[in-house]
Amino acid sequence: MTDIIDKLAGIAPGSALDRARDNRPEARKHAQTSYDVLFSPRDFGGFPLVERCAVAAFVAALHGQPETHDFYKQKLADAGAAPELAVAIASEAMEAHTHGPYGHYPAGPLTIEDHSGLNYAVAPTPRRMMGDRLAAALEHTHMLVFHPRDAAPPSLQALLDAGWSTTDIVTLSQLVSFLAFQIRVVAGLKVLNARPQ
Amino acid sequence: MTGQMTGKTLAPPPHTEPTVFTRDQLDWLPWIEPLTEAELTPRHRESLVDAARAKSDYFRLLARDPDILESRTRTDKDIFYNPQAGAPRADRELAAAATSRLNGCIYCASVHARHAAVYSKREADVQKLLDEGVSADLDPRWNAIVAASVALTSIPLDFGPEHIDRLRAAGLDDLAIVDVINAASFFNWANRLMLSLGEPAVQKATP
Repeated sequence: MTDIIDKLAGIAPGSALDRARDNRPEARKHAQTSYDVLFSPRDFGGFPLVERCAVAAFVAALHGQPETHDFYKQKLADAGAAPELAVAIASEAMEAHTHGPYGHYPAGPLTIEDHSGLNYAVAPTPRRMMGDRLAAALEHTHMLVFHPRDAAPPSLQALLDAGWSTTDIVTLSQLVSFLAFQIRVVAGLKVLNARPQ
Repeated sequence: MTGQMTGKTLAPPPHTEPTVFTRDQLDWLPWIEPLTEAELTPRHRESLVDAARAKSDYFRLLARDPDILESRTRTDKDIFYNPQAGAPRADRELAAAATSRLNGCIYCASVHARHAAVYSKREADVQKLLDEGVSADLDPRWNAIVAASVALTSIPLDFGPEHIDRLRAAGLDDLAIVDVINAASFFNWANRLMLSLGEPAVQKATP
């Protein structure tokens, strides 16, 4: 099985960084099994592959790292997504792109660190194309990616109202959060790989 | 219409929100329904990895998708607990605390600031990070680790060869640098779950 982090970070078998990653063999193995169980689960529940790949392509586009962005764009196409969905995800990611992390703290001394930013909502035309369910997922995803400290019960209520089950909300949250990890590991290891001692 | 009932988020019981970053132990209250202990199948229990986590609302909520919970947990444990070479535990915990401080996860920051303080015995420096934020001046090694964590956490990502050079100049070898990358990246996973599925609460004083 291909190790996706190695592939995207350009880590060659037998290289110094390949050996360095082996110092944490369980982390290496389970970073990969995390990917496997999110994209090839035993049971997709109510969260089908095309939706998982659409969310992943959106997350990767928002992070703007070329290797992971290309990989998940291709994965969405390979999952059999309608071309107009792929186009909508790409153009929504352009609309939604910003700088993070920002957000608000509970009332008290930390509010001097509050920073407001984009509260992204899917525009009406792409919303009609992708449906309320996926649109709600993208809106939640944007919050998780850029301003997770603004999370509050209404964010989850919006998902429940759009038809997401509690279990599928857990899987969606894991998918976005895992990608926030995987994209950063790839970016970090790629820089390290290009800077031998 | 499918006729399915739409669920409602949970109303947390009366509690006090923490309003500062702290090393105190906090509680965590879910916004959507965890499984009950009675609902846990053998597979759910296995996915918790530590049997004691069956008492935690957070882990019983994540157990709704046991396969990703188990992979998440095994990734986490190796990054932080594996004692083989690499960065000392205190450095890994510092990267987790700095990432949590920048993302604004008061709960995760409390846990990992506590660990960083215990393993380093540098309570004052850890508290300075919590009080002043990620620009706090600690020492060259910890400043380099915090700066690397910040660069990996910011979006767009800002991590470059200058961060590698600074970590090396502070005495980290490549195994240790991999640990810092893993630890900061992992807390970009953990913070998002903790922040978005529930909220922290100040622990009630025990009578």
